[in-house]
Amino acid sequence: MESVSEIEKAAERMAEEAGLNEDERFHVSMAVREAAVNAVLHGNQYDPERKIAVVFENTGKALVFTIADQGNGFVPEEVPDPLSPENLLRGTGRGIFLIRQLMDEVHFRQLNPGTELRLVKHLAPDRKPK
Amino acid sequence: MALTIASREVDGVTVLDLSGRITLGEGSVQLRDAIRDLISKGQKKILLNLGEVNYIDSSGLGELVSAYTTAKNQGASLKLLKLTKKVHDLLQLTKLYTVFDISDDEASAIASFR
Repeated sequence: MESVSEIEKAAERMAEEAGLNEDERFHVSMAVREAAVNAVLHGNQYDPERKIAVVFENTGKALVFTIADQGNGFVPEEVPDPLSPENLLRGTGRGIFLIRQLMDEVHFRQLNPGTELRLVKHLAPDRKPK
Repeated sequence: MALTIASREVDGVTVLDLSGRITLGEGSVQLRDAIRDLISKGQKKILLNLGEVNYIDSSGLGELVSAYTTAKNQGASLKLLKLTKKVHDLLQLTKLYTVFDISDDEASAIASFR
């Protein structure tokens, strides 16, 4: 989990350098953290032999965070809706929902093996980077 | 910053003052253990003071929900006090705001257990 914390901090730094406000920085760092946790825990099944690959990019128009695992893949559409009454009191299952709520775009790609998640936060045109 | 938990009793209610982060690997297990310990000792009234919790992830939200359902299944009440904006917004987003009894004021929260 140390690597997850490092990834989270790096995402927050990048968001700050891009000039995002406090709420936006929190949304970005939280979404990236959730994606990294999913990659380690669910994708790689916490196997220390498996790696995750992380790429951060500021395109000038958006912050793009790509996180890939080496797991068996999954179908995002099959993740249960955590807001439905039968799932609301579950102890797990909110990670992907939160990622979708906190970022502007979320894209899944099956790598076979592994899954790649690409998270995008759009930058306002007149935003001034630090 | 890891999670610190301080416990105190007010009018028969155990108040857990939480400070720090409730996340996977950094506090969610501590919270779970603290709640289970209280319930195993027969405590029926638990108030979680989240005023100093500056970060919670989906795992932490799951622990809050698990704490609530564990308490309820054991005939206990678990309520929340003083949500920071981040935690408030996340509870709203996940509709968990409708599940918990939440208060901004400790005296009112304590009185609500009577």
